[in-house]
Amino acid sequence: MTIAYLALLTAMLTTATPLVLAALGEVITERAGILNLGIEGTMYVGAFTGFLGAELFGSAWWGLLIAIVAGVLAGLLMAVLTVTLGVNQHVAGIGTTLLLIAACDFTSRLKYGGGTLPQIPKFGQLFADVPVASQFLLTYVTFLVIVPAAWYALRATGMGLKLGAVGENPEAADAAGISVARVRYAALAIGGALMAMGGAFLSLAMLGSFTLNITNGRGWVAIALVIFARWRVWPAVAGGLLFAAVDALQLQLVVTPEFAAVPREVMIALPYLVVIIALAVSGRNLRYPGAYLQPYRRT
Amino acid sequence: MNQSQSDRPGRGDMPAPGGLPPASSVGSAGFPGSLIGYDAARASGAGRSGSPEARAVPLVQLRGIRKSFGDLLVNDGVDLTLLPGEVHALLGENGAGKTTLMRILYGLTRPDGGVIEIAGAARTIASPGDAIGAGIGMVTQHFSLVGRMTVTDNLLLSRAGAGRLDRRAGRRMVAAAAERIGVHVDPDAVVEKLSVGEQQRVEILKALSRDCRVLILDEPTAVLVPQDVAALFASIRLLTAQGIGVLFISHKLGEVSEISDRVSVLRRGRIIDTVPTAGATPARLAEMMVGRPTVGVRRDDRDAAGGTELADAAPPSAPPKDVLSVRGLRLAGRGKEALAGVTLSVAPGEIVGVAGVSGNGQTELVQVLCGLAKPTAGTVTVNGIDVTGADPEKVIAAGLGRITEDRHACVVGKLTVAQNLVMEDLPRFRRGPFLDRTAIRAHAERLIEEFSIKAKPDDPISTLSGGNMQKVLLARTLARDPVALVVSQPTRGLDIGATEFVHRQLLARRAAGAAVLLVSEDLEELLALADRIVVIYEGALVGELPAAGADIERLGLMMAGQSAQSGAAA
Repeated sequence: MTIAYLALLTAMLTTATPLVLAALGEVITERAGILNLGIEGTMYVGAFTGFLGAELFGSAWWGLLIAIVAGVLAGLLMAVLTVTLGVNQHVAGIGTTLLLIAACDFTSRLKYGGGTLPQIPKFGQLFADVPVASQFLLTYVTFLVIVPAAWYALRATGMGLKLGAVGENPEAADAAGISVARVRYAALAIGGALMAMGGAFLSLAMLGSFTLNITNGRGWVAIALVIFARWRVWPAVAGGLLFAAVDALQLQLVVTPEFAAVPREVMIALPYLVVIIALAVSGRNLRYPGAYLQPYRRT
Repeated sequence: MNQSQSDRPGRGDMPAPGGLPPASSVGSAGFPGSLIGYDAARASGAGRSGSPEARAVPLVQLRGIRKSFGDLLVNDGVDLTLLPGEVHALLGENGAGKTTLMRILYGLTRPDGGVIEIAGAARTIASPGDAIGAGIGMVTQHFSLVGRMTVTDNLLLSRAGAGRLDRRAGRRMVAAAAERIGVHVDPDAVVEKLSVGEQQRVEILKALSRDCRVLILDEPTAVLVPQDVAALFASIRLLTAQGIGVLFISHKLGEVSEISDRVSVLRRGRIIDTVPTAGATPARLAEMMVGRPTVGVRRDDRDAAGGTELADAAPPSAPPKDVLSVRGLRLAGRGKEALAGVTLSVAPGEIVGVAGVSGNGQTELVQVLCGLAKPTAGTVTVNGIDVTGADPEKVIAAGLGRITEDRHACVVGKLTVAQNLVMEDLPRFRRGPFLDRTAIRAHAERLIEEFSIKAKPDDPISTLSGGNMQKVLLARTLARDPVALVVSQPTRGLDIGATEFVHRQLLARRAAGAAVLLVSEDLEELLALADRIVVIYEGALVGELPAAGADIERLGLMMAGQSAQSGAAA
């Protein structure tokens, strides 16, 4: 049995990009004390509006920009529900996801009927002939710019300090003159933008079109990654890479004669199985952010 | 607040103690610009030898502060003055209005009336932000620290912008502020790993790093072990030497005598007197604090209610069989033991009062007796049955009735009065697998009548007033005819009528031969009802005396931690 290691590595980085972006977004909102279960819907909206924008303006860049705006709006919707109205975060998040996915599917059917969706201008790959390095620009931006920037912002800036204080002990943050609501709104907006970028990567880079169920549960995987990473940036990246590696591996194994007897469904389930095992192993004695799931009201 | 930082002038106006780095934002005397005209405080800030005129401008002047919550008047025209460089103690029992007054000064509570003057000028303080801007810092009993962050980050939190954190300057700020109070604090220590005393220090550092001139300490010693108290006092002395005025809230006489320059005694929302500490004996302060029995049931009522029993009571040398008996009870607590070997017994037809300043183990004692906490050592027997560490169900079955201090925790708000009344006694109201609604209703109607509860059986209990809710609890407990009763703070928050009703019920149980243990912070209540009073201090009983003709001063001293012997000598 031979495994094409270089191909595996290449596929891993590509597959990991949307997961890492979404997980980063979730790290930011959860550090502020908000579990954003709207993540799956926000990714979906990013994928769809990115597709729409690219088709409308004839440029993948426009698609990305519009997807980011849509992600911010999705984050703000969560913020109105959970911060201003104090709605239960599970309910608000699942509701947001259902709403956004249904809205995208509805619009897609109105506009394109049941037929196939058009191909759109998609991002090209850099260094197309070089193994491993042949990646989309967004992958480079994600791993070389966004991830280090998020790590630095959370660790060494006033923004990060305030974010952590709001998620850990909002009373203390309030007493220090920090607006808990404002920080949480900002966290959800930035987190939403990152999630939507992850979604847009699926339509604008990987697929070059849109299809129903395009996100295929990646948002939920990102939620698991965040918990696996204990709300830290680099472990979240590592988790994303691990999932992507197993996913790329199973794609290769499917076409390997030795594994022909293994049902295809088992193969597809493999990366998810790995996530579950990783969570079961690392997920004990977790310490959630102090104000996790708690709406803040001044007493 | 970030803005006000940049225009904060005059950091170098005063020689910085311990050579503060000039770049540090710890202003040793830097007071916000809006409060210039403040030379008096500065002058005395250089030492306590400030000239008399310099002393004349108080840091804080409260005039006629009024505040009521509903019908309850908590601050009734309070005047208070804080001078630079003094420790001004605010002494009073729980509920006297000390904390409310300080919350008003720190902007956490809006007053109904009165004037707050800071450095001679009237100010509106509507939020903690206003208070911080006016140079006021407060360390509450509940710290507002982010436990997972370091000391430095906690100090940076209130001054950080969006950009890069200057943690190096933050560490210097911590070190400089720590030097001002004469302690060493590791700037990189994670706050939640620190002891309570150290966390309190971080709170003080936080206030100092915001240039406070007035430091309010709300019962700072309540959470501290003795060594930490000594360190805190040393820090306070260093601060006053730098011209900072300290408002020290306490109900412990010994501490107040030790640390303060002046004492204001607050009782029922009014300042009874403000006196220099040097001239006030602890006994006099205790008397001012506690007052004399004035309302409700008095001793003569009590004797009338239970006169025959009193006459027949066996002499103390041959006590009758104790119904409620506690031996060597211990319970681990946070830092120090919550209960450190409590031994006491209550005879039939006797009310034993437990006096003490709150937080000295009363709550834990009641919890252990009621089966809500398992003691680490010792035994509890009720009516000869060992119920040490038993479930509440077994404790009740042994014949103990319980009225605990948090009455809202003892009822289920959404259930009706009738349902709450039978909650501890469901087996009696069963018909097959179902509840006998007719019997429950009849039972409830009888108790509502008997205890004159102003409610219908089907009212949700959450709609009842505190007094009526307490009557429901009393009715529920007494309906089982317990041989022993543990009663904690039974009249806290009740009006005079309800208080008197509760008192009469307790006396009636005593007359009927029940053994009653009454835990209360209301000394008047204890003096009026109890046969004997024991005093609890730091989890141990430090003295006992008969309630009839009890010497309030002596009681006050024992509550302040002086044992019976030294209390008698004083």
